[in-house]
Amino acid sequence: MDFSIIQESWPIYLDGLITTVWLTVAALVIGLLLAVPLAVIRVHGGALAQAPIRAFVYFFRGTPLLIQMFLIYYGLGQFEWMQQSVLWSLFSEAWFCALLAFTLNTCAYTVEIIRGAIVATSHGEIEAARACGMSRMLMLRRIILPSAFRRALPAYSNEIIFMLHGTALASTVTIVDITGAARIIQSRYYSPWEAFLTAALLYMCLTFTIVFFVRRLEKHWQGHLLPERVTDFE
Amino acid sequence: MKKIAVFLCCFFLALSFTTTSFAKEWKKVRVAVEGAYPPFSYIEPDGSIKGFDIDIAHALGQAMGVEIVLVQQNWDGMIPGLLARKYDAIIASMSITEERRKKVGFTDKYYQTPVKFIAKKGAYSNFTENDLRGKTIGVQRETIHDKYLTAKYGKDVKIKRYGNLDEAYLDITAGRLDLIIADSAALYTGFLTKENGNEYEFVGPDMLDEKWFGEGVGIEVRKKDTKLAEMFNKAIQTIRANGEYKKIQDTYFNFDVYGK
Repeated sequence: MDFSIIQESWPIYLDGLITTVWLTVAALVIGLLLAVPLAVIRVHGGALAQAPIRAFVYFFRGTPLLIQMFLIYYGLGQFEWMQQSVLWSLFSEAWFCALLAFTLNTCAYTVEIIRGAIVATSHGEIEAARACGMSRMLMLRRIILPSAFRRALPAYSNEIIFMLHGTALASTVTIVDITGAARIIQSRYYSPWEAFLTAALLYMCLTFTIVFFVRRLEKHWQGHLLPERVTDFE
Repeated sequence: MKKIAVFLCCFFLALSFTTTSFAKEWKKVRVAVEGAYPPFSYIEPDGSIKGFDIDIAHALGQAMGVEIVLVQQNWDGMIPGLLARKYDAIIASMSITEERRKKVGFTDKYYQTPVKFIAKKGAYSNFTENDLRGKTIGVQRETIHDKYLTAKYGKDVKIKRYGNLDEAYLDITAGRLDLIIADSAALYTGFLTKENGNEYEFVGPDMLDEKWFGEGVGIEVRKKDTKLAEMFNKAIQTIRANGEYKKIQDTYFNFDVYGK
């Protein structure tokens, strides 16, 4: 093992780390913003409004992320009309195609997570809100969504981590993220062990940072759900 | 006394093992090939692997009188796989470089073709280095072409690095790349003569700078297998002399690929 090669090439890893972080954050934020209204429609909307969301979720949860990215990056690039369209300036960029695939993918999963949490709202809370004379929108805003977010948090924290690890696939479409950096280093020095171990450590640091912040959020929002602290008596 | 006898027995036993391994007779040689670098090696629709590298491997095997077993291996894992003894030699259009010499042993070259750029037909009427400024150029990751491009033009151009050239061809037809730099023979048969590539052409001069592109393409063996390397060298001379080499070359190219 020779870790001096990592010392020599840390700027590549640093660039990769930045790329991974912004891809993950951007995909998660946009995905979540899209997922909340979609989840509400999926629960409360009419059958006609629900159908396209069902189809969207069905497709993106039913196919591998890698395939989705290849379809968007290499697949769409094949069509003449796509290359002529105004959108091509975006779709010709690898980062946009990757971000689009990641966003749609995480959005599909998040819709299901939030939908599940909304459906699981306790009946009592809704009855109480009705008894207070709340309108449907007010009830959604004040009662259903806040409690749904709390319930969704543990499942959503998994999604955050899956998405972080999913961005490793960006390296297959010429993006130099952490994995892309590792692939460069391993082909440059023929040292896959050092190259990928370094990448693994970086991903692990990111994962634990996420876990740390999610724990704090859980404590803050779900304090009332945590087991009571037992006080020791002499 | 007994202890000494046992020790001596062990010693000679060990010695005999080492001598046999030194005098290893090569009856079967496992050769790694890539499969994504036409026409040197590519996968046929029926799944079989074909190409110049593969034909050369079989011809060399015949000249050496050994059985050749092909192992398909992707580019990134080539040298690690050789060192991990998954195969005994690499015939995958790998150029002879000083950096690689630190890890593996090389035979003499078995071909040497110039490096060239390709671009859309008519995009550059009289190509000069200045035409490269600001362009997006595709290259196979960490090849000598990548190193040359990065060192020479890295500041002035945008470089996109691919795991294999097939991906770069997809991106130049999609309009994501202005140019691709690679081996002329690979570009010629892998792309320019194909349906998708007939709107593209070679631009700029032949690049054969030995400082960058080395002494040509060799066969890689583990450093200690010097005997195997010698066998390959002799076999290369044999097939050059008996016309077998020319026969293989003419199946794939209409020009000389051995170089000077």
